[in-house]
Amino acid sequence: MNSRPRSPAARPPEPGAAAGLRLQLGIAALAALAWSGAWAGSAKPAFAVEKAAAGVYVHYGQQEEMTPANAGDVANMGFVVGERCVAVIDTGGTRAVGRMLRAAIREVTPLPVCYVINTHVHPDHVFGNAAFLDDHPEYVGHAHLAEAMRRRGPTYLRAVLRDVGSPAEGTTLVLPTRSVADTMRLDLGGRVLDLRAWPTAHTDTDLTVFDEASGVLWLGDLLFVGHIPVVDGSLQGFIGVISELKSIPARQAIPGHGRTDGWLGALAAEAGYLERLRTDVRAALAAKKSLAEAVDSIGYDASEAWLLADRFHRRNVTAAYAELEWAQ
Amino acid sequence: MHNRLRVLSATAGFWLTLSGAALGQDNPDASPVWRAVRADLFSGMPIAPAADVLVLETPKRAEDAAIVPVAIHAQFPQRADHYIEKLWLIVDNNPSPIAAVFHLTPQSGRADIETRIRVEQYTYVRAVALVDGKLYMAANYVKASGGCSAPASKDAAAARATLGRMRLRADEIGAADQPVLAQLMISHPNDSGLAMDQVTRTYAVPHFVRTVEVRYEGRPLMSADVDFSISENPNFRFFFVPGHGGEMEAKVVDNQDLEFTASIKFDPARRGAVSTAR
Repeated sequence: MNSRPRSPAARPPEPGAAAGLRLQLGIAALAALAWSGAWAGSAKPAFAVEKAAAGVYVHYGQQEEMTPANAGDVANMGFVVGERCVAVIDTGGTRAVGRMLRAAIREVTPLPVCYVINTHVHPDHVFGNAAFLDDHPEYVGHAHLAEAMRRRGPTYLRAVLRDVGSPAEGTTLVLPTRSVADTMRLDLGGRVLDLRAWPTAHTDTDLTVFDEASGVLWLGDLLFVGHIPVVDGSLQGFIGVISELKSIPARQAIPGHGRTDGWLGALAAEAGYLERLRTDVRAALAAKKSLAEAVDSIGYDASEAWLLADRFHRRNVTAAYAELEWAQ
Repeated sequence: MHNRLRVLSATAGFWLTLSGAALGQDNPDASPVWRAVRADLFSGMPIAPAADVLVLETPKRAEDAAIVPVAIHAQFPQRADHYIEKLWLIVDNNPSPIAAVFHLTPQSGRADIETRIRVEQYTYVRAVALVDGKLYMAANYVKASGGCSAPASKDAAAARATLGRMRLRADEIGAADQPVLAQLMISHPNDSGLAMDQVTRTYAVPHFVRTVEVRYEGRPLMSADVDFSISENPNFRFFFVPGHGGEMEAKVVDNQDLEFTASIKFDPARRGAVSTAR
């Protein structure tokens, strides 16, 4: 096996760096109160929101599967504050998590939430949408998002209720009211967000958000750091989109999972995993291996130390095989 | 103590399901669905263990419950006087348990079949073979869930654009009487329509493949009666004996009466074939 360069380890922001200013908000008390009924005596992490740049706030979710303990808080989300209003970017895996995010916004600004943007259809990014209904925002997503939510919604909702249990109470689907077919600019009052819809990659609903003022690029699950990349759209498409993302002049990027100071390096590590997957599956197909044989024999570079690989790698191999066998 | 309590309460439902499933796992004959299907299909005929007739390969735990690979390996070659005539693929706990019925011929050379199925719940997957008027069965337990109710298609727009696209191909041909592996794939949602549209609160229109017919040299080679227990983009591997060469034709018909065809000409002298798939 060729030795591959070790992927850049995700490091926490250095103290004092602009990207690392950590605000411990009063959410901690709120969280303890909200969950104390179920969690008497156990220590709960506060719903921490960090300032990534002026007016840009991020909550980094847990790098694990949805459980009652994390209440579906397993993906990244955040918000951008303009002069007129606030845009929310992804809302977590349950209404409860969305409410945590909404409370965090209120700690920072009284401005109304005018947009709730979903980077893609997966449950850990969209099921907090219901927490913002009373704000009457526009819900914004990829042109394919509405249909994807309609088709996948029931299955996802069942899974969230099953995996999270009672903390998932009140979680419902909220479909987009505005769709992005190619690009869209949203003005938050002296602050413009550039939204871009991508061809099928991680899913067929991928959308990125670029804040011009700060140069912060929200990539959704087009970038995984730590958490193994997941192919739920098109492997070929995912590799193609990554090569285009590289040229976006972002100063920093927010992945859908995990965190990074060096987003180009993180993108390269992700591309490395996906390209190797493509190479290995093509070789298996050329050797006339069956799907079962391919899944059993195709590994990944262990030095890349992906989290949740047990859950997703073999599924990625399955998806890649089913896609690439048409190209033979 | 707190931790243990939390695990119990959060996962009680899961463990109850699992223990029920584990009971089912110990005894393949105990499944009430199997008893009903068996009575329906085989009305009282004895079914022997499959040992010398076929081997059934399935994963113990599916990576993706909507694409579970299944392989049936025949243990003897097809001969005019002794061949596997029919193969039933049964998934006890699926909404539609009879996933496929394959009709095979001596021209198959080998009655091996590989395909992919959806698995809705932990279940026995069974292959039943009819040989010389007798029935034989292998049953494997598969842990998977949600395969039938899973959202269809990773890329809905692309799937619509490629509906009916087929690939019909085969391995290199050796001796005239040496069975060769062929593969048929069709781009098709193979959708049960069991998923409800969240907005209109109506069910999706079922759109699934009903029959697959493969002919070789003008004669039936292999055919299958299938439904939505087969995965999206139905995929079948099967064998044929090349003989003097000739044309292989595949016809697929779905529940909306759409027909899709593909053909491929074999020339043993060239050891290869040209596919004319749509």
